[in-house]
Amino acid sequence: MLLEYIAIGVMILVATLIAFIAIGLGGLFGPKKPSAEKDTPYESGMNPYGEGTRRMPVRFYLVAVLFILFDIEVVFFLPWAIAFRQLGLFGLLEMVIFIVILLIGYVYAWKKGALEWE
Amino acid sequence: MTTPTYTDFYTLLPYLILTVWACVLLLVDLFIPVGRKGITAFLAALGIAVTLGFSITQIGAESVGFSSMVALDGFSTFANILLLSSGLFGIALAYGYTQRFNMVRGEYYILLLFSVSGMMLMAQANDLIIVFLALELLSIPLYVLSAISRKLTSEESGVKYFLLGAFASGFVVYGTALIFGATGSTNLAAIFAQAAAGVTSGLLLTIGAALLLVGFGFKVAAAPFHMWTPDVYQGAPTSVTAFMAAGAKIAGFVALFRVFATAFPSLAPELTTILWALSAVTMILGNLTAISQTNIKRMLAYSAIAHAGYILMAFVPYGNAKVAPTAIAAGLFYLVAYAVSNFGSWGVVIALEKAEGKGLEIEDYAGLAKKYPALAAAMTVFMLSLIGFPPTLGMVGKFYLFRSALAGGFPGLALIGLVTSLLSAYYYLRVVVNMYMKEGDPEIEREPWLALTTGFTAIATVVVSFVPQFLFMLAYTAVMR
Amino acid sequence: MVPVDYYIILSAILFTIGALGVLSRRNPLIIFMSIELMLNAANLAFVAFARVYETFSGQIFVFFVIAVAAAEVAVGLALIVEIFKSKKNINIDEMNSLKG
Repeated sequence: MLLEYIAIGVMILVATLIAFIAIGLGGLFGPKKPSAEKDTPYESGMNPYGEGTRRMPVRFYLVAVLFILFDIEVVFFLPWAIAFRQLGLFGLLEMVIFIVILLIGYVYAWKKGALEWE
Repeated sequence: MTTPTYTDFYTLLPYLILTVWACVLLLVDLFIPVGRKGITAFLAALGIAVTLGFSITQIGAESVGFSSMVALDGFSTFANILLLSSGLFGIALAYGYTQRFNMVRGEYYILLLFSVSGMMLMAQANDLIIVFLALELLSIPLYVLSAISRKLTSEESGVKYFLLGAFASGFVVYGTALIFGATGSTNLAAIFAQAAAGVTSGLLLTIGAALLLVGFGFKVAAAPFHMWTPDVYQGAPTSVTAFMAAGAKIAGFVALFRVFATAFPSLAPELTTILWALSAVTMILGNLTAISQTNIKRMLAYSAIAHAGYILMAFVPYGNAKVAPTAIAAGLFYLVAYAVSNFGSWGVVIALEKAEGKGLEIEDYAGLAKKYPALAAAMTVFMLSLIGFPPTLGMVGKFYLFRSALAGGFPGLALIGLVTSLLSAYYYLRVVVNMYMKEGDPEIEREPWLALTTGFTAIATVVVSFVPQFLFMLAYTAVMR
Repeated sequence: MVPVDYYIILSAILFTIGALGVLSRRNPLIIFMSIELMLNAANLAFVAFARVYETFSGQIFVFFVIAVAAAEVAVGLALIVEIFKSKKNINIDEMNSLKG
């Protein structure tokens, strides 16, 4: 049983070694000329400002939640699509009902202004 | 692939009517102007009334539907009627309350409808998948309702209820997974068949059932899973508290009765002791902590915990085929008695409540009898009923419960019930003493629907207690199928 | 092939971590993550058992759990955001405007 894992162990070991060797070689033989410009996080991009963990406007949250809600429902479409031919007309009708229920939620969110940014 | 038949839809029709109505109302409500949300309340009540009417025609009907995932029988119809009535009371109490405290929202009534439909699905569930879905359908609207007034206390109550409720559903789901692992099915009848044939892993099944019990224990506020109850009941808007105290408790117990009596009679030897202890601890803890409360909402919350203990008593002998039907009928009867007194007493609390959570101390009831004798009399009736003092529904309910506990061979449990009931007289009667013997100048809110609810429940509490046999036979035939 | 027992043991461990997390952490967001861990432990158990019995019903249950968990996320996070707006703090120990 455990013998089967030896191959995986060897692979992990070799992969780690190669990574260390590659970085080590680069450090040993590569030229080093540090400057203030090179040490910035984005060498040729915008200068960073402020903290990395600042607060986001709560509006992002609303969009994200709506996204999750409608996104997760796709989970039910997938098995339905695979068994579509066997399910026949009844399966189609059932999916229509499901989509109508989703649409009710969508219309509600729309009318309540959840989709407006301002 | 089988297409559903008429029977399938007939089995689930009360639930379907209410859910479709709630969905349509959600859209209709978008076009009702803010000042006229009374229309939504009326339409929601109409939907419940129509469903109630239909449910009544289903008395005596029996069928299973959708690959026997849902069942329609006397038991579910009894529960449906009780739950729909609770929904009506919930709307009646909410109508004036939401206007008075500036929280008029059409969503209130729609969430209530969804919650009631979840409770009804719970009563009809014949498969653990449906039990889980129904549990969530009833709980999620209640989380939102608890937080609907947008005051800090209400929001805290919502967050706490949500976290504990989600925790509980985690237990339910994992318990279901283990039961599925033990038997290869989530259908209650199939689980029973597998367990009876003895081909299942007993340990997995027992752990699974125990986890389910923990999950439902949270829902019905049984000790030691009751910690959320006082905070949530106190913080939520009072009209929501009234509805969730009755509705969630009824649905939780109904599901508990059905799941355990249908699927796990074979586990009765292991579970009986656990249930016995749960029931005893809940009664003792609920009543003892209620004594030291000065806030009426908190006191009633602990009283709700104590009553979960009494109802659990009906559930202890569930594996004993001779006693179980009478005991479960006694449980159903007590659920009716509790729901009626519960709505009445919360109704009185709503009448006295002032803005900013004032008027909720027990001292605020001083002098109520002199100024508003009818309201004080109604409150006295509810308090007596919660103690179990004649001539009230609560007394008859406790009588049936204790009798079935004795018949099941649990005299100790009946004794604990009796002693804790005597103990509870102390804190319930304190309200009565305050109303009749102390001087004070309380102000109440006069609202027609509130008055109707309180009056109706008070009269029902007294009158039905003289003809309890009728209600008990209804419950008994419901259980016997 | 990895024996099914291993999956069940793993799921039991995940469930326990989740339950302990709920009981020991004080930040509602982390409590909620722990609850998700409990639900997903159950999902793992369901899929493993469904493989044992060679039925699909266990996997279907997982779909329902996923969908319901999403609904819970939406409601739960909304409640937590609301309370953060009024308190600027979401520590559960400081949710004590209710006494007791």
